[in-house]
Amino acid sequence: MTTTLTNLTLKIWRQDGPGDAGRFETYQIPEISDEASFLEMLDVLNERLIGEGTEPVTFDHDCREGICGTCSLMIDGQAHGPQRGTATCQLHMRKFQSGDTIVIEPWRASAFPIIKDLMVDRSAFDRIVEAGGYISADTGGAPDANLIPIPKPVADAAMDAAACIGCGACVAACPNGAANLFTAAKVTHLNLLPQGQAERFKRVEAMVETMDEYFGSCTNHGECEAACPKEISIDVIALMNADYRKAKFKNRKALSRI
Amino acid sequence: MRDPTGSVWRMAQTLSRGPVTGTAKPAGKRKPFLLDLYSTAVGKKYVMAITGILMILFVVGHMIGNLKMYQGVDADGVYAIDHYGEFLRELLYPLLPKYGALWIMRVGLIVTILLHIHAAYGLTVINRKARPVKYQSPRDYQIASFASRSMRWTGVIVLAFILWHLADLTFGWVNPDFEYGEVYRNIDATLSRWPVAIFYIVANVLLGIHLFHGTWSLFQSMGWNNPRFNPWRRWLAAGVATVIVVGNVSFPIAVLAGIVEHPGVS
Repeated sequence: MTTTLTNLTLKIWRQDGPGDAGRFETYQIPEISDEASFLEMLDVLNERLIGEGTEPVTFDHDCREGICGTCSLMIDGQAHGPQRGTATCQLHMRKFQSGDTIVIEPWRASAFPIIKDLMVDRSAFDRIVEAGGYISADTGGAPDANLIPIPKPVADAAMDAAACIGCGACVAACPNGAANLFTAAKVTHLNLLPQGQAERFKRVEAMVETMDEYFGSCTNHGECEAACPKEISIDVIALMNADYRKAKFKNRKALSRI
Repeated sequence: MRDPTGSVWRMAQTLSRGPVTGTAKPAGKRKPFLLDLYSTAVGKKYVMAITGILMILFVVGHMIGNLKMYQGVDADGVYAIDHYGEFLRELLYPLLPKYGALWIMRVGLIVTILLHIHAAYGLTVINRKARPVKYQSPRDYQIASFASRSMRWTGVIVLAFILWHLADLTFGWVNPDFEYGEVYRNIDATLSRWPVAIFYIVANVLLGIHLFHGTWSLFQSMGWNNPRFNPWRRWLAAGVATVIVVGNVSFPIAVLAGIVEHPGVS
């Protein structure tokens, strides 16, 4: 049954540009349907701000169905808000109550500079993927589907890791600003599969060291797993750590033969 | 793209770091292997884990050794724990000179603890740089435990305790009634003082909290991960922490309760 929430107070981080100091500004939402998504609530606010002739709140969003990884937002101190296993776009106002004050902040990490208001630049993730988050495939006739047998549990584990949408909630939630869950998910989904084996060790070495250039270090708090909209387990981080250790020794051996 | 203030936006970049190779760099351009490995955050975590294991083994051994104080006096009228101290000083004698094995272990422990501190310091610097501007509103942590978030504080306090502990029972500087080699007497002399006993109890509880996160965390850092055994990692961490805290806290309590009492100490 639809109900209407009334008297919501939003404290939203406003920042005019990358170099601006930024500040919280307070907005009132007199009423909103509990069926509205969190982003639709912000849309309603923005419509009003545009109508009043003031600058609307800038925030990232795209597919609004939890698969693109564009939306973000630190809501009441939690990445993607209070609901487990969903991105902000799938958070609905029914999770809140009339009279609530909701604090909204952008992701904060030196690798994610704020562009404006709640929008951050997450291209550091692209740098990590460029370093090895792919397999090299020769071109030619398209191979038949399912040509390479893969044990079902392995395929499932790889798929769980591949569910990562690259939203950056892991970095945002991490007390250290580490990107280990993102990097480990990208490493794991390729390193578990037969297609990923040829580049397995140079991949993990290149990706971990690129991650090092931008992000903090993992101290195993587990906050990333709790914040991840795809609920990716920190077990992938252990897998990455093990592969990195192996890679350092294997690659050293391999390079010594040149 | 430019924003109204005129600075270039960093959006929509496709490449900023030159050609992508995804290959291991040639060995010649790198630092020596172990230093190269240590220069990465993951490498520092391996060091944290391995030195952590060594110190866990030490601290368990140290606690078990101290249990000898409950054995009282041996047949020859000397306290069992004084015999044990003598045994450590003469370990592997005459293969090694007296104190030889002891000093090998001491130097090993000092190097271990320095590496643990250096790696922790390096990681802290990396983490501070990764988020120079903090969240301006309160964080709502979901599963990060008190233990995991207080590692730096518990670590620093435990380090301060270790220094005091050496000054107290190894060198005797802060022990009013210190007699070299009379371990039982020295323990009674120092822990009969209430403030010292409370300091020992608090420090060991903090050590237990440090170990509770550290023992679990080292498996993640080293990548020792197996779904069949993963649930045991928490139990092992709780077990190590409990054994250390119960064992070590029992000593000051035993002294205060008069269970450990040396006739020469008032």
